Amino acid sequence: MYGWIWRHLPGNAWVRGAISLVLVLAVVYVLFQYVFPWAEPLLPFNDVTVDGEGAAR
Amino acid sequence: MTRARGRIAGAIGVLGELLITAGLVLGLFVVYSLWWTNVLADREARQQGERMREGWAAGGTPAAGPRAFDSGDGIGFLHVPAMGDGEVLVTKGTDPASLNGGVAGYYTEPIASALPWDEQGNFTLAAHRDGHGAKFHNIHKLADGDPIVFETKDTWYVYKVYETLPKTSKYNVDVLQPVPEESGRTRPGRYITLTTCTPVFTSDYRYIVWGELVRTQKVDAERTPPAELAS
Repeated sequence: MYGWIWRHLPGNAWVRGAISLVLVLAVVYVLFQYVFPWAEPLLPFNDVTVDGEGAAR
Repeated sequence: MTRARGRIAGAIGVLGELLITAGLVLGLFVVYSLWWTNVLADREARQQGERMREGWAAGGTPAAGPRAFDSGDGIGFLHVPAMGDGEVLVTKGTDPASLNGGVAGYYTEPIASALPWDEQGNFTLAAHRDGHGAKFHNIHKLADGDPIVFETKDTWYVYKVYETLPKTSKYNVDVLQPVPEESGRTRPGRYITLTTCTPVFTSDYRYIVWGELVRTQKVDAERTPPAELAS
């Protein structure tokens, strides 16, 4: 998979390395900005209140 | 034959890469939860706190009407020396959206909190143990007799811890009662209750700390902190 991406990037090794870095940073950005904030409330790590059995959380 | 074997090897290789990727993503999620959400929440809480202090300095109050300054729902700052330095902004409500802003929220449901200036009742607060500011991270360092100080525009409310409950069910809403009998008190008084999740990094149970009001002190012109905060 990663080998396939590497082979399809243009330029020499340095250019490919730079593009790879940008791609990795873009993925991390999307994860931190959109994916993790969406996923976090769905996971049972951060409920801090006490509430009744009928409560939504 | 070689071609088929090559294809299987390729498929296994891709599967391996996917598993490595999944591991990295989970690692990043930990970084996000325990570090990045703190960065965001601390920034947000600091800005909101500064706005409220500016509003105090300007002489407005949140209840002064539509032309009053915008302080959000903030009512004051919590100072707990035993949990480490720094102040915790206290706002209304304990829904995730507000607690994620790096603040402590006072309960509006299931049992509405009393406010410190009320004649009697229980001032009940919740905040995150980890992530999103982690304002109650060190709640386990609180011991009987430790001061909890709440600062409003014109008054310091000094509470002293008298009981902790290190582990209880998240359905145990009785800890929020105006007279929290589980703490051993049976008469109406002016109590404060801190709640957060426990054990650290999870939210299987709740950690409760109870205190009661010892005295109040007027805020002077220099906002000199009460003796309990001087250390």
